[in-house]
Amino acid sequence: MFGKSRLGGVLAGAAGLFLLLPLVAVIPFSFTPKRFLSMPDGEYSLRHYLAIFDPDTWLASIGTSTLVALLSSVIATALATAFGIGIWLRRPASGRLLIGLVLLPIIVPPVTSAVALYFLLAQIGLLDTIPGLVLSHVVMIVPFSVIAILSALSRLDRNLELAARNLGATQLQSIFRVILPNIRFGLFAAWFVSLVMSWEESSVTLFVSGVNVITLPKRIWDNLRLDLDPAVAAISVIMILATTLVILFRKSEA
Amino acid sequence: MMRAHPIPVRRFAATGSLVMLWAWPVILVLAYVLPFAGVTLWSVTRPEFGFENYVRIFTGADFQAIFLRTFWVCLLSTAITIPIAYLLAYYWVMGGARRSRLIEICIFIPFWISVLVRAFGWVVILRNNGLASDVTNALGFGELSTGRNVWSVITGMVHFMVPFAVLPMASVMRKIDRRVLLAALGLGCRPLGVFWRIYLPMSLPGVCSALAMTFIFSLGFFVTPMILGGGRVVMTAESVFVQMFQTANWGLGAALGVVLLVVVFAILWLSQRVMRIEQLMSR
Repeated sequence: MFGKSRLGGVLAGAAGLFLLLPLVAVIPFSFTPKRFLSMPDGEYSLRHYLAIFDPDTWLASIGTSTLVALLSSVIATALATAFGIGIWLRRPASGRLLIGLVLLPIIVPPVTSAVALYFLLAQIGLLDTIPGLVLSHVVMIVPFSVIAILSALSRLDRNLELAARNLGATQLQSIFRVILPNIRFGLFAAWFVSLVMSWEESSVTLFVSGVNVITLPKRIWDNLRLDLDPAVAAISVIMILATTLVILFRKSEA
Repeated sequence: MMRAHPIPVRRFAATGSLVMLWAWPVILVLAYVLPFAGVTLWSVTRPEFGFENYVRIFTGADFQAIFLRTFWVCLLSTAITIPIAYLLAYYWVMGGARRSRLIEICIFIPFWISVLVRAFGWVVILRNNGLASDVTNALGFGELSTGRNVWSVITGMVHFMVPFAVLPMASVMRKIDRRVLLAALGLGCRPLGVFWRIYLPMSLPGVCSALAMTFIFSLGFFVTPMILGGGRVVMTAESVFVQMFQTANWGLGAALGVVLLVVVFAILWLSQRVMRIEQLMSR
């Protein structure tokens, strides 16, 4: 309608390509037949995709990451939901302050959070353990779940809950039969966001684990720092593909 | 079934929602805020009691170089991120359906992908003899030496932050009433004038929050700089990691973490003041 200059459109396209460039660039490298990271030279191989199934290295890390992500996302969603509904029901005077406190881990530099969580786990002897890692991930991902839950609750009609209570439902019944079913999409979003966040968490993970408990990001990190294993390219391609499919699928749904 | 236990159920209404409300804040204080107090304690007790760590941070030439580098790199990457993100946000919100959707896909695919994978993509492109070098070689410009230098760090950081910066800008742009723009056009303003004199000022609050967010994110971030800088472009966040794990100097690492947090809060406070002033002026 206005200011749709051709130059601006071209620049925006270039910016979009810039965002996709490194993701596309990885793809050919994953098919190299060589042992080191290189462009395949006419020959292609799937050996680095097979390497992902090595039960001692990549597969083990994928398992660890999955376990940690599942545990922390479920715990985080439960805690965030309780908090969100608590805020929604009670509307406390300190609400803004409490939300600010809960969102703190997003604002605080990740490296500072990592030092604090390292301190905590060192004190309680949970460094480099699954429970310790889950606890750290929960602290880091609850804020994202809380945002999803609060935005779902803000669209929920208060009269529904009042009607339920008025018709004789107890608080517990109204939570489980009225509030939760009505925000189920928000619940799913909160769980999914925290699942992805935990699966990808790297800054805190690098501080609080790494010898006994090696998540996928930690293993990728080690490979990027020491030598460039083409298996990283293969894993990247799979993650990029999965993400792209989810986004395209979600978009065509909407 | 609930009727059998009327008393505990009724009690839930009062205390249950209170427990729900306070469960996470209490855990967070115990598992996050208190440990941070412990970290602050570390910073003044390790290796021995006193403010030695802070004195070293603020007077040591090595740390001053690190702070200066952090400042410039973050400033530059923010300055590059904001226009790119603005362009994307603009066409995402104002563009036609097809372009808008394409841009949305370009924003959200990297947004959801692990920062490590994204950094790896840039390693493949920017390392010595990488893809970028191949391209410049083929074009006859010769070898491009971008492996492990400050420019590849900035490229990676910009790529990381653009999707984050787009979101606050787009959410402000969505709220701009298009009838205002039509009115300006109808009153004879040229399209470019509408953009510069109406659209841009109205979208500035989004730019401000994107600016603060980008700068804060870039300050505390160490994964991308460590991979793309390869230890040659050490900034504050990375030096926390180095002090904690490579030189095992916990007190110094803790003190750096505290300084970083104070700086971030100062920026937040400042940006909030700026925004408040802006609101006052627009009224």
